[in-house]
Amino acid sequence: MKIHEYQGKDILREYGVAVPRGKACFSVDEAVAAAEEIGGSKWVVKAQIHAGGRGKGGGVKLADSIDEVRELADQILGMTLVTHQTGPEGKEVKRLLIEEGAPIQDELYLGLVVDRAAQRVVVMASSEGGTEIETVAEETPELIHKVQVDPQVGLTTVEAEDLAGKIGIPAALVADGGKLMQALYQAFWDKDCSLAEINPLIVTSDSRVVALDAKMNFDESAMYRHPELQELRDLDEEDADEIAASEFGLNYISLDGTIGCLVNGAGLAMATMDIIKLYGASPANFLDVGGGATTEQVTEAFKIMLKNDNLKAILVNIFGGIMRCDVIAEGLVNAAREVDLKVPLVVRLEGTNVEQGRQILADSGIDIISATTMADAAEKVAAAAGA
Amino acid sequence: MTILINRDSRVVTQGITGKTGQFHTHHSIAYASGKDCYVAGVTPKKGGQEVEGVPVFDTVAEAKSATGCNVSVIYVPPPFAAAAIDEAVDAEMEVVICITEGIPVKDMIRTRDRMRGSNTVLVGPNCPGVITPEELKIGIMPGYIHQKGHIGVVSRSGTLTYEVVDQLSKLGLGQSTCVGIGGDPVNGLKHVDVMKMFNDDPDTHGVVMCGEIGGTDEEECAAWIADNMTKPVVGFIAGVTAPPGKRMGHAGAIIAGGKGTADEKIRALEAAGVSVTRNPSDMGKLMAEALG
Repeated sequence: MKIHEYQGKDILREYGVAVPRGKACFSVDEAVAAAEEIGGSKWVVKAQIHAGGRGKGGGVKLADSIDEVRELADQILGMTLVTHQTGPEGKEVKRLLIEEGAPIQDELYLGLVVDRAAQRVVVMASSEGGTEIETVAEETPELIHKVQVDPQVGLTTVEAEDLAGKIGIPAALVADGGKLMQALYQAFWDKDCSLAEINPLIVTSDSRVVALDAKMNFDESAMYRHPELQELRDLDEEDADEIAASEFGLNYISLDGTIGCLVNGAGLAMATMDIIKLYGASPANFLDVGGGATTEQVTEAFKIMLKNDNLKAILVNIFGGIMRCDVIAEGLVNAAREVDLKVPLVVRLEGTNVEQGRQILADSGIDIISATTMADAAEKVAAAAGA
Repeated sequence: MTILINRDSRVVTQGITGKTGQFHTHHSIAYASGKDCYVAGVTPKKGGQEVEGVPVFDTVAEAKSATGCNVSVIYVPPPFAAAAIDEAVDAEMEVVICITEGIPVKDMIRTRDRMRGSNTVLVGPNCPGVITPEELKIGIMPGYIHQKGHIGVVSRSGTLTYEVVDQLSKLGLGQSTCVGIGGDPVNGLKHVDVMKMFNDDPDTHGVVMCGEIGGTDEEECAAWIADNMTKPVVGFIAGVTAPPGKRMGHAGAIIAGGKGTADEKIRALEAAGVSVTRNPSDMGKLMAEALG
């Protein structure tokens, strides 16, 4: 789960991480009022969308007067922001963060993720802030310093201050920088983060270490124990079809091809997408129905796929294990009757009671193209879609 | 010989009184030597009952002292599953197979840290389990698609494993042991660990490995294969068409920061001498060819 920058900064503030004074706003008037309340002579108007790269896309601007805050807020609010993470269709800006301007002296990088190989949280820090960390990792990997954190003791003062020194935080501020890193680690751990990134972390000309940005992602599997985080979910930022699908226990991700896929199991679902591509067509979605594949789930999956104007055919690939093919076939037939299938449907069933399953499909009177192997299915669906 | 489990294993089901635990214990007992192998169940505060003809205990330690169980399978709900692994580790089970999907990553970091220095082998979580055909099934896989034989199977996914097993069986290529290592980012056995076991197992003559996007397990396995593997290995990597930044069902299946792409993994495996197919329909056929 992702949250907005301003929400991330609220969490950081709770943990004692220094962040600029600021306020989330939903209208131009609110933005102006916020700037007046914050005071000073420089403000930053920041678009709040879940994707990164907002600055480059024109979603982060500096204002030198209240009038300019009004002008920029008016300009950014409602704009369609296109960044390397939003895709070409962009994302409409519905929220702003108005912040006090900070006197930046140095831009650094601080990020925490789970290191899968080490099976620990790893803290990454670099003197090269403000740019994409992937680029730094590629070009100057020696400038990224890492600490794998012992989960029993957390990030120690020694480790944190050592990191702070290595990335060029001035000696007089190393203790502050270290404390900030420890606080960020604690927030990461307590809140079940999957990613916490501050880019840039800045040293100000008046000698403070401040988190100028905040990106926090959370482990979906742990959200049951964080009602306070669930409240921060912004459904506007999520794909409506993916949300609808999740309500029926479907794991759905829309893609840009023409073949709708309905598969049980994530690995098999990816393999099905791959084999569609191999036979010259391209998947319109990833869809894992899990172990069950009930009539209700299949019906809903069909409905979601059929909303896509690019859809030219649907491929159902189910390996029935504990869930028998005859039960799945009945579900498919009922679902196909319930929705108006405007595109060819190819079904490949394998596994327990597969013969009965295929018979049910054949006897249903529904126009179903039956396939035996995955290759057979992919070939047939590509042909049906005219790919 | 086989790896991890065989007809001499003595199994305890943790979470046996739950619907899932009971259902799969029932089917596992019905498979091959299951009736002799499943000796105990554990659910806290439900000790003294009997489920599927198996005595239930409050703790794994009690189950062990009463029945001599040495392998545990876990069907405990996600909030309590990591603690269930801890309990099995503390009771010195030789193998712990965790089926549960959706355990918080932080819980698994803690549990794996606790396991440092322990001799317990963890399989999973979020996996279909382990089966040694015609001997013992521990997990949720359909038993009947398997045949006894000499091909080892290791995979991060469930139904994709069934797909490859089905292809192998239809070609008359039986399996020594099939291991689902699971789709979570922080887990127990990795591809490379299972590959080593298969290499050491005289009854395994070749291995099919199914990987997927995310992490670098397949690359690490490839590096080991290049220098050590003495048996033919066939590979498939799911997710060639998966876009970066999108989690493909499994918590671990995500291309992040440009790392963990299918193409990188395929390149690494091919460089290590593994026959990799981009066609998931050809996994069995390729294994047959590799065996010559």
